[in-house]
Amino acid sequence: MAGTRSSRPGGGHGRGGGDPIVYAVALVLIGVMLGPVLYIIIGGFRTNSQITTDPAGLPHPWESGNYTGVLTSDAFWRQVGNSAIVAGATTAGVATLGVMASYVLARYRFRGRGAMYALFAAGLMFPATVAITPLYILVKNLGLVNTLPGVILPQIAFALPTTVIILVPFLQAIPKDIEEAAAIDRCSRLGFFWRMVLPLSVPGLITTGILAFVNSWNSYLLPLFLLNDQDTFTLPLGVQAFASEYSVDTAKVLAFTSLSMIPALVFFSLFQRRIVGGLTGAVKG
Amino acid sequence: MLTEDVPGSRVRIGDGGQAPSPVRRRRRGIGWAQRLEIAMLSGPAILIFLAFVILPVLMAAYYGFYRWKGFGVPTNFVGLDNYVTILQDKAFREALWHNGLIVVLSLVIQGPIGLGLALLLNQKLRGQSVIRVLIFVPYVIAEVIAGTAWGLLLQAGGAVNGILRSIGLGGLAQDWLANPKLAIWTLMFILTWKYIGFAVILFLAGMQNIPEELTEAAAMDGASYWQTQRRITVPLLGPTIRIWVFLSIIGALQLFDLVYIIWGQYVSSTAGTSTMATYLVTEGRNAGNYGYGNAVAVVLFLISMIIALGYQRFVLRRDTQGALTGGR
Repeated sequence: MAGTRSSRPGGGHGRGGGDPIVYAVALVLIGVMLGPVLYIIIGGFRTNSQITTDPAGLPHPWESGNYTGVLTSDAFWRQVGNSAIVAGATTAGVATLGVMASYVLARYRFRGRGAMYALFAAGLMFPATVAITPLYILVKNLGLVNTLPGVILPQIAFALPTTVIILVPFLQAIPKDIEEAAAIDRCSRLGFFWRMVLPLSVPGLITTGILAFVNSWNSYLLPLFLLNDQDTFTLPLGVQAFASEYSVDTAKVLAFTSLSMIPALVFFSLFQRRIVGGLTGAVKG
Repeated sequence: MLTEDVPGSRVRIGDGGQAPSPVRRRRRGIGWAQRLEIAMLSGPAILIFLAFVILPVLMAAYYGFYRWKGFGVPTNFVGLDNYVTILQDKAFREALWHNGLIVVLSLVIQGPIGLGLALLLNQKLRGQSVIRVLIFVPYVIAEVIAGTAWGLLLQAGGAVNGILRSIGLGGLAQDWLANPKLAIWTLMFILTWKYIGFAVILFLAGMQNIPEELTEAAAMDGASYWQTQRRITVPLLGPTIRIWVFLSIIGALQLFDLVYIIWGQYVSSTAGTSTMATYLVTEGRNAGNYGYGNAVAVVLFLISMIIALGYQRFVLRRDTQGALTGGR
């Protein structure tokens, strides 16, 4: 592969990884992108007096007390648990409902199909902000305020449009031959769905699943309105509550903040290649 | 789509006389059987979507006509009064102006940077996958975390000013967040930092679809690297760029989290960073004026929808997907 590339006449400029300018630009960018993140992580190892005297300095000496303090607190782990439940259930719900609806949109011809697609697509324009007060009232009437399902259900609903729009082209791309072959083997259409469509749509499902998970993990507005009880707080609410409760204890806030971003970062790093791959079907180059 | 496949099955059928009958039966029953499948598969998604997205939006439109404090059933019907108040309120007009500014600046700043980064990362670089992950880091971390971090970094006694002073540029130290002349630019910087990764992901995904033969052919013909990018990659990326523009506009119109977290409930209007969404929450929910807040929500929604439909009609129509008008 590398051999064919370098043998191309004249076309190798900027490829092959030699250009120092490219690396310089990349390095500066990474510095800007990562600076604040490193500040949070490193700042968590300092003490408040260190931070006050020199806000931009390095820890001297390194203090791990802030981190151990957070890691041994019940509130932190409870919030991690709540966030994991909410994000996990939202992802599972969105993936399940999304692939079913997308399959109908991609593989069935029926009247109202265009309207159904438009309904979901229009959802892209309905942010939770617009509907937040009525949502609160609705969830309250269902008796779900201050419960995790009260956040999970609206989050599934609001994540459906993106999911459907990414998955439909994915499912449309499954070759008709496969479907015909399945029909010849007297595989019902639902059987085709289970045996062929689901396995083939895994890449698209992974992409939408990761997006749904990360969005839910980071979600702020919905939990802010729907969860008022400390016991049900998710991590973003916990970070904010912690930051205002310990507003004078900057070092501890930094430690709490950096620990709470780890899960989404790990999750995303593991799957980032899949995200680009999965979106490839949805956006047209 | 499937009904036409039956002839295909007949080809195979030569080996048994019974085979055609299930096919025929399936064909006859397709009306209700298919309808049942469609209902079973799409029903749950449609139900939950109608209940938690469409219904609340309709409720907002209804409450917007009432003066209502959120207790019991709204009874004080005020017609369009809330809307008149909104349009007359200087604070709302300022918020609207900020949104407009953020829409334009986001496109102008993030578009070229995102495109440049995607082109950079689309090359064969050593350590490319590491660079990719790192560029996406701000996009992946929560708005609350980004907001908390930048709030601490940029406050008057924060690390940014600390660094400036320690390298002898103390004169440049500013109150980045509270100075009304500066705050909107601070916000733009933070927004670019936070969301550039999303633009890069989209553009990279779009570039995977561009056939390598095209760029290779251009290279054969002696086109330089940048000529190839400018004449081939970027034009072919048109549909992806247009989708990103759409998503960016919608996101900028509905911006809430970062402003609300960094500038809090009340400071955003004095610092000149308030948006329609923060206005909605502070004037509606936090002030207890639920009817009024819902009217603001309707205005925000209408503005988003008009822009989205207009964009869809005049710009995205060329891209066959037709995402908002019922894809074919």
